[in-house]
Amino acid sequence: MPTVTYAGTQVLVNEEGFFTDPEQWREEMAPEIAREAGIPALTEQHWQVIKHVRHEYELRGTGPTVRALGKTSGVSVKELYELFPKGPAKLAAKTAGIPKPRGCI
Amino acid sequence: MTGNGKIEKVSIIISKGSLEGVYPGLIMANGARAEGMEANLFFTFFGLDAIHKDRYEHIKVATVGNPGLHLPTWAGAIPGVSAAMTRYMGHKMDRLDIPPIPEFVQMIADTGAGLYACQASVDLFGFGRDDFIGQVKDIITVGEFYDLAAGGQIVFT
Repeated sequence: MPTVTYAGTQVLVNEEGFFTDPEQWREEMAPEIAREAGIPALTEQHWQVIKHVRHEYELRGTGPTVRALGKTSGVSVKELYELFPKGPAKLAAKTAGIPKPRGCI
Repeated sequence: MTGNGKIEKVSIIISKGSLEGVYPGLIMANGARAEGMEANLFFTFFGLDAIHKDRYEHIKVATVGNPGLHLPTWAGAIPGVSAAMTRYMGHKMDRLDIPPIPEFVQMIADTGAGLYACQASVDLFGFGRDDFIGQVKDIITVGEFYDLAAGGQIVFT
């Protein structure tokens, strides 16, 4: 399993770059993960989504899909795609250090 | 496809006007955007109903000539059966958090996917721009569709 270094700490990720152990994630790693995913800087709204995704994961054991995010994060689907153009559910999960959400909607 | 073997762009054609004819294309377009791909939806023939203002809330399951339903054709033809089957499917979908067609189409437009109507079908049915929901970007010819689809995969449903 590949390891990468974020914020000076080595973490385990899968082939797609998702954390395999969400416990290894720290908030200070998020900006670096986001930069790798093509998001140059994290705004307050990005953080709102990242924290929400993290919270949902802790609650349910899986990250929310885009539709669920649009309904529960306080950020609309349109804005979500402006924040994370290459896939909001996927990139928010990656930045929040949780596994890629599975779901078709 | 690009060098890394990933699909970067899809153009999905929806040509049928039944519930089971419309959903797969919508799910594929929405899923493509969720994966970060560029996606366009092209509605042709009876598929136009999915973006027709007065019709997109009333799309029904085809209960006649649909062996997958395992319902005798004569039973599927009884008045009300299609509506009942559509309601039943709607409940099941709602439980799985699959949105109804109008909400789904709106959401897909919000993801940044392009929604287009087929010029030939629009002419055939005598529709105009005003018959369609505002999220439809344009009515385009088949040639313009191919221009839009250039460099990506085309999926016909």
